[in-house]
Amino acid sequence: MTAHRARFLAVGITAAVLSAALAACSSSSTSSTGTAPKTPIVIGASLSLTGGFSTDGQAFMRGYKLWANDVNKAGGLLGRKVKLDIKNDASQPNQAVTNYQTLINVDHVNLLFGPFSSLLTAPTAQVAHRYGFAFVEGAGGAPSVFATKLPNLFDVSLPVDASTLPLLNYIKSLPAGQRPKTAAFPTSNDPFTQPQIQFAQQMLSADGIKSVYSKVFPAEPTQYKGIADQVAASKAQIVVLGSVDVPTVTAFTQAFVQAHYNPKVFIATAGPDQGSAYVKAVGGQGNADGVMVPNAWYGGSPNALSQKMVSEYIGIYHGTPSGINADVAEAYSVGEVMAQAVAATKGLDNAKIVAYLHSHTMTSVQGPVRFDAVGQNLAATAFVFQWQKANFVQVLPPGAGSTTVVYPKPVWGK
Amino acid sequence: MGQFGQAVANGILGGAVYALMAAGLTLIFGVLDIINIAQGIMVVLAAYLSYALSVHLHLDPLLGLLITVPIMFVLGVIIQWAFIRRLRGRERTAMSLLVCYAIAVIIEGALYAQFGSTPVGIQTSYFNTTVHVFGFYLGYIYLIGFGLAVVAIAAIYLMLYRTKFGRSIRATTQDAVAARLIGINVDRVAAITFGIGVAVTAAGGMVFGATNTFNPDSGYDLISRLLSIVILGGLGSIGGALVAAMFMVTAEEIVNIWQPTWATVVYYAVLVIVLLVRPTGLFGKQEARAQ
Repeated sequence: MTAHRARFLAVGITAAVLSAALAACSSSSTSSTGTAPKTPIVIGASLSLTGGFSTDGQAFMRGYKLWANDVNKAGGLLGRKVKLDIKNDASQPNQAVTNYQTLINVDHVNLLFGPFSSLLTAPTAQVAHRYGFAFVEGAGGAPSVFATKLPNLFDVSLPVDASTLPLLNYIKSLPAGQRPKTAAFPTSNDPFTQPQIQFAQQMLSADGIKSVYSKVFPAEPTQYKGIADQVAASKAQIVVLGSVDVPTVTAFTQAFVQAHYNPKVFIATAGPDQGSAYVKAVGGQGNADGVMVPNAWYGGSPNALSQKMVSEYIGIYHGTPSGINADVAEAYSVGEVMAQAVAATKGLDNAKIVAYLHSHTMTSVQGPVRFDAVGQNLAATAFVFQWQKANFVQVLPPGAGSTTVVYPKPVWGK
Repeated sequence: MGQFGQAVANGILGGAVYALMAAGLTLIFGVLDIINIAQGIMVVLAAYLSYALSVHLHLDPLLGLLITVPIMFVLGVIIQWAFIRRLRGRERTAMSLLVCYAIAVIIEGALYAQFGSTPVGIQTSYFNTTVHVFGFYLGYIYLIGFGLAVVAIAAIYLMLYRTKFGRSIRATTQDAVAARLIGINVDRVAAITFGIGVAVTAAGGMVFGATNTFNPDSGYDLISRLLSIVILGGLGSIGGALVAAMFMVTAEEIVNIWQPTWATVVYYAVLVIVLLVRPTGLFGKQEARAQ
């Protein structure tokens, strides 16, 4: 009986191994010779559909889907439909790494798009590099991501470290009597926020603005109220908040309102760029007015590609241009850039795509895209946006298309 | 001194809010010997109920408790009747963990389907108003949370020690078989107790939703904190949960003054140190039941 079971098991295992080998041969011949031109091009991505980054992850998914719909409506890529294979990483770097390994080794995707946040981009780009995939992403702009010097990494968005520069230049340009004297720098322990905060602190200190609060708080949800109360107690005239999400900015706003503390300038690295979700969370327009955020895109952008995308987005999801999360544009740009590289190289050879991306200037809803050796978008322009009476407007740098900065920030709730 | 005083005030008021969220968890454990790890998502569910009533019916969240408390009570009774009641034998405690986890996942999925992942908060004009006491600004919502915590915990105590039903609960807690022999409907007591434990969460969820933005994922962060509070206070001790919550949040707030990155570490370090000295928590099970 035991011998019979062992023989049965051996036959079963042999059959399974043979089937797997045949499936692998079939898969590799299809991808290498391109004998199935009408099969869809499968693009894999891991996104944070749940967990701490879920708002951004969901917005990214909308951006990817919107782009795929547009491409398919226009006949697809290389005459083939585009199909997205999106997996949920629950905002966990380890799960994101596992997802990309699955996308490559099990799902055999043709191309990869990046995840949300620098925290998840750094480890997943290594996976893509190991397997020779071009890794185009829209939310991994921290210096720690580029420090890996991976040749396959391409961030279509703004490198984040100097993102607040337009505001810092504006403050420097103010007459001495109007210029703030003190600043506070609370920041989340995150690779996206810390470089921006350190840069702002160095620049403002060099301009003679005294730092009266500078502390790092845990990345996971914590007792924000106590930290915000200390910032309020410092009476800093500028608050540069290193935040990655809406809940953090909301908690600080709520504590500032309760402490009757009104800084002249309140800028957060992320959160206020999330459209209507942000305005609702902080309690309406009165608590959003005057708050700033650095970024490279906004719903009212005059860029023709952006206007088309905004119009399509509103057609599907409704709302207003100001209510669109900037993550949508970042994700859409990833698709645009990849599509241009695929079209130009006339194939899905990732090595050729990587070479093309390193040597050409492309267009996107966020503006021009040109990569340096480590994948930073050198053509991206840093803007600072401000909420003004329920409208999200570009205020800095000053010039054509800019609205005048509201300074000092209006009192909360007014 | 000003910052220290503000940290202590924040710790006491914020701790009361956590106690309000943890009270149901410790009550259910005390009576049923079940660790309801779905408590975090139930707090979030209660927050969403208050949010929905506020947004769609323009109902004041405090008045909304008149609706959300009964809803949560009925939900608790249904969960106990449908899932927990069926668990018997030596594997009951382990199985109850799995069942409660499954319930949490189902509720989380339903909340994602209904509300999406965008964080929301409960907004009412007076929630952001404050009272100025001894140089500190104390938010009304935190004072309301403190008041609700004291009232809820006092009500549970009165129910347990001044009512016939409370005697039934305590008898069931001490020996379910003996309680059944003297005519107590143990299944009914268990169902109602579970219902009360979940109903208290309605108040905790409302205050949580008014002091934080939340989405369906928020339950995971909550449950680890709530479990540490009830373990520190002594599993099954309602008053212990209140003291432990205030103690831990105050410790966290004080550490925030110097080094916020250490605050969470200190929060859990306090738990470990206390458990080394008192393995049953500050008000361990035996002591709590003897009160």
